[in-house]
Amino acid sequence: MATNAPATLPVTADLARPRQPLWQRIDRYLLPLFTVLAIGYLLIPIAVMIVFSFNKPEGKFNYAWNEFSIDGWLHPFDWPGLGDAVVTSLLIAVLSTIVATILGTLIGLALTRYRFRGRGLLNGLIFLPMATPEIVMGASLLTLFVATALPPLAGSIPLLYPTGFHTILIAHIMFNISFVVVTVKARVQGFDRRLEEAAMDLGADELTTFWKVTFPLILPGIVAAALLAFSLSIDDFVITNFVSGTTNTFPIWVYSIQRNALPVQINVVGSMVFLGAVGLVLISSLRSGGIPRLR
Amino acid sequence: MTAAAAPAPPPRPGLRRRFNKAVPWLLLAPGLLWLLVFYVLPVVQMFTYSVSTGSIETGFTMTMSADAYVEALTKFGKQFLNSILYGGLATLFAFLIGFPVAYSIALRGGRYKNLILFLVIAPFFTSFLIRTISWKILLGDEGPILGPLKHSLGILPGGFSLLGTPVAQTAGLTYNFLPFMILPLYVALEKIDPRLIEAAADLYAGRWEAFRRVTLPLALPGVFAGSLLTFIPAMGDYINAELLGNPQTRMIGNVIQNRLLVQNDYPVGSALSFILMAAILAAVALYARALGTEQLTG
Repeated sequence: MATNAPATLPVTADLARPRQPLWQRIDRYLLPLFTVLAIGYLLIPIAVMIVFSFNKPEGKFNYAWNEFSIDGWLHPFDWPGLGDAVVTSLLIAVLSTIVATILGTLIGLALTRYRFRGRGLLNGLIFLPMATPEIVMGASLLTLFVATALPPLAGSIPLLYPTGFHTILIAHIMFNISFVVVTVKARVQGFDRRLEEAAMDLGADELTTFWKVTFPLILPGIVAAALLAFSLSIDDFVITNFVSGTTNTFPIWVYSIQRNALPVQINVVGSMVFLGAVGLVLISSLRSGGIPRLR
Repeated sequence: MTAAAAPAPPPRPGLRRRFNKAVPWLLLAPGLLWLLVFYVLPVVQMFTYSVSTGSIETGFTMTMSADAYVEALTKFGKQFLNSILYGGLATLFAFLIGFPVAYSIALRGGRYKNLILFLVIAPFFTSFLIRTISWKILLGDEGPILGPLKHSLGILPGGFSLLGTPVAQTAGLTYNFLPFMILPLYVALEKIDPRLIEAAADLYAGRWEAFRRVTLPLALPGVFAGSLLTFIPAMGDYINAELLGNPQTRMIGNVIQNRLLVQNDYPVGSALSFILMAAILAAVALYARALGTEQLTG
């Protein structure tokens, strides 16, 4: 009500609204403005990617705007090797997500539900891959794979060299395990153990209790972990670059081609992945009545 | 909290109990084995190569020679410093940008909270490489920013360029790892009970005082996690240096990549990675002690 008054009584306007102290003005105007600008900083490159997917570049490099065209979208995989690379990326992401989610969930359950010797050490081992720079993990995996092919081992351990699809998969499972463990652990820790006790009081055995009570309750954590693993895998470049040999994933393909050409298809595939992922999130949030909380 | 999952039904000692004791290890075994073989063993192998001599044709023999370390430290000091400098700058800028953003989402977000969070993680839905290439388009000499500033507005001279400068490299690094800073800060700030800040005000703390002595200390775990999650990948990165920087701004990642993948120089490449890993682990430990957040990592 008070805020309406000044409209009819302009003389008292200044009295009704005393000058705001500096902090309050920062809080009310500067902070939101700053946040909007920062979000803009985060989103501009994505906007550029989408806009330039409609470009018809002059020459081989899609760096400067030339004219509007939907050619890229009509022929999204029309560049040698691109389609294969995308398929490889998807396959590795799916397979590494499945394996890492299973292995990581088992570790997460063991760590949160049981006390045993060496638990602290194990927590440390899980933490290490997340604190190691990707380039170190890539480099060290490469030395291991190469060592199996050189004397003194030379050929006694088959399959790891030459590197390729299988070594990429091994690496992706490795770096995904820790992220799955951490995500699942967070979910299991907030879990009310009395629910399980209640199930057993009602006559369920351990296995039934697990599948009917425990598993459904921790499932959201497992799904979140799997989504995280999938997105980490499909986007990984640094580690993959060390262990891919002659196999191309989409990021590796982009990296190897960008010196000689920058086809508009890169932007098209990037935009497809982006819009697909956003679409999935929107659908799931509509179904659950809100964008899923991060915690 | 203790022992096995179930309050052991009718006590049937012997085999059953031994099985119960083995359960956690059965659950752990496959994942643990994977990490031991494909995380720990490679690091051991890398160390072995770093003290070996030989070539890719003849194989490498472990001679406990420190030559590779000497070469790594004497020849590539500049690239190590660049990594610390640009990684550090990116972390600092990410904090300066990320803190106000995390603060306004957590404490002022209201019903837009989830939407803003979604926008913060949206860049993750695009490939890291494509985002960096987008920066190359954006900052190009005739790109959407410099083009108008040079020609239609005429503010900048025609020869001005951003690509291939430390500025572009820092902007790219900051950009690429900013969400890793914002998310942990948000989680830490979101947990703060607003009544604590009110209590500070009731006790006659000014806004600044309340912020400095209540909000900030409570947000420290987020600062810790966020700066590590930003600094570690930024320091090891070589894509931003390659696409947005110039030969003078190359970082240690560029050298490691070149030694291992181009020159097949495994001893020096391994020594460089080993030094990088040791430096980062030492920095994490020191940093944890300085912030008094050691318990966070466990």
